[in-house]
Amino acid sequence: MSDIIFSAQNISKFFTQGKKTVRAVDDVSFDIADGEIVSIVGGSGCGKSVLAKIMLGLYHQDKGVFLYKGKPITNTREHWNEVQSVFQDPFGCFNQFFSIRAQLKDAFGILKNKPSKQEIEQRVDEALLAVNVKPSDIEGKYPFELSGGQMQRMLLARIFALKPKVLIADEPTSMVDACVRANILDYLMKLKVDLGMTIVFVTHDIGLAYYVSDRIFIMHEAKVVDQGKPEDVTQHPKSQQTVRLLEDIPDINREWIKK
Amino acid sequence: MFKLLKNLIKDPMFVIGVVLFFGTIVAALIGPYIYTAAEEGLSYESPSSSYWLGTDNLGQDYVALLLQGLRNSLYVGFMAGIIATTVGTLVGLFGGFKGGIIDDILNMFTNLFIVIPSFVVLVLVSASWPEGRSLTLIAVLIGLTTWPWTARSVRAQAASLRSRDHISLARINGATNLQIIFKHILPYLASYVFMVFIMQVASGILSESAISMIGLGPIGEGSTSLGVILNTAKNNSAITYGYWWGIFPASIVITMIVFALYLLNNSMEGVFNPRLRK
Repeated sequence: MSDIIFSAQNISKFFTQGKKTVRAVDDVSFDIADGEIVSIVGGSGCGKSVLAKIMLGLYHQDKGVFLYKGKPITNTREHWNEVQSVFQDPFGCFNQFFSIRAQLKDAFGILKNKPSKQEIEQRVDEALLAVNVKPSDIEGKYPFELSGGQMQRMLLARIFALKPKVLIADEPTSMVDACVRANILDYLMKLKVDLGMTIVFVTHDIGLAYYVSDRIFIMHEAKVVDQGKPEDVTQHPKSQQTVRLLEDIPDINREWIKK
Repeated sequence: MFKLLKNLIKDPMFVIGVVLFFGTIVAALIGPYIYTAAEEGLSYESPSSSYWLGTDNLGQDYVALLLQGLRNSLYVGFMAGIIATTVGTLVGLFGGFKGGIIDDILNMFTNLFIVIPSFVVLVLVSASWPEGRSLTLIAVLIGLTTWPWTARSVRAQAASLRSRDHISLARINGATNLQIIFKHILPYLASYVFMVFIMQVASGILSESAISMIGLGPIGEGSTSLGVILNTAKNNSAITYGYWWGIFPASIVITMIVFALYLLNNSMEGVFNPRLRK
């Protein structure tokens, strides 16, 4: 059996809003193996992004045990050496006051063994080419000068440049059009195949998850209500929420569209 | 950036504000070197060709006094503005960004300074300093009593930026807290902080005038400010005797600077705030 990358045992995360306590993640347990692509699927507010942030080390669980390679996350800088993320909003991810290239280079600040300036430039160029962007096309450009699709590719270029062991992709396709979405999925597959990356793909689209994942977790109201291989989850759903998500996949042959 | 400047230049409020404000700056900086003060005359001589704006109780030329007063008032205003904006921005940035206990402590201090009437503190501290009240001391006192409102508004904006994705990305890029605050939060607030600074300068000039008017302003050679001119006129009953030139020119200059700063602030808000953009 492959090595376990993430192991969650009954983890919970709460947020307090005044006197109210909101459970964002409630008693969740799972294991993610090295090299797997696992999708966390659920509707808005189900807690999937909070769970992703716990894996990333940006949040710490309030209850339960969460382990990365068998150890709790105590040093976040070391954790980010190996675990990186692509966020949902490509426009909001980059600082609007600095050029894209400068920010791609900044990413190397997290690496324990920081490469030389020359190597950084070279790795940024290679990463841009990996996402089909000519380095000259973004030379001197600022985030607000690029389209949503280009920005999302810049976020992925950052991952190609850093080559982390694990990627947490938090809804990277939710704010881009269908063509760009297909490209992003191709790049995710490339990361897995070429670099052997473990990928946690957070999405609300069970259809997408079906195509890219080795396993799927369905989340609803802060709990993982269903999990398994894509075929098992889609063909033998164990929860009402899975059925609902499957029903919501757009069908091009539906009667009302034909009319 | 160029478009923003173009929008600003098109705004008549901005143009009037800039002309008035830079006019006063130029007058304050080079005026005393260009204008040679007339020789001392009689007490409260009315305006004439020898004394364009008359003389004060000691027979000194009012134009020369006004130029010096303008220079000193602007010095106090800018100094107080820089101190209040720096302290307020730093407190607001750290509190808003860090959250939790650090924010609670900084917020408690901010609220404490807000509920204590700053003018009363200014009066009490100035009064307890009977000798050697320099322009710098007054400026520091004003700056240290007027920062809380800046802190409060900067804190609110920093807190809203804290949860943005570009901050999370900066974190996982390994940026330190200081780098996040100064590189990833402050630039987003720069236009706002600049507008706050303009208001703090205006408020500094007004506070100095008020504290000097009641006789607790700067003392000593060369520390005549616009407020001190008004105080001298008040002490010598200039209004009662109809020596209008002792009161009006200084009041008009104070009003003009503050008006110019308000115009600058308003026009900048109209450009930086997209909702107010015409």
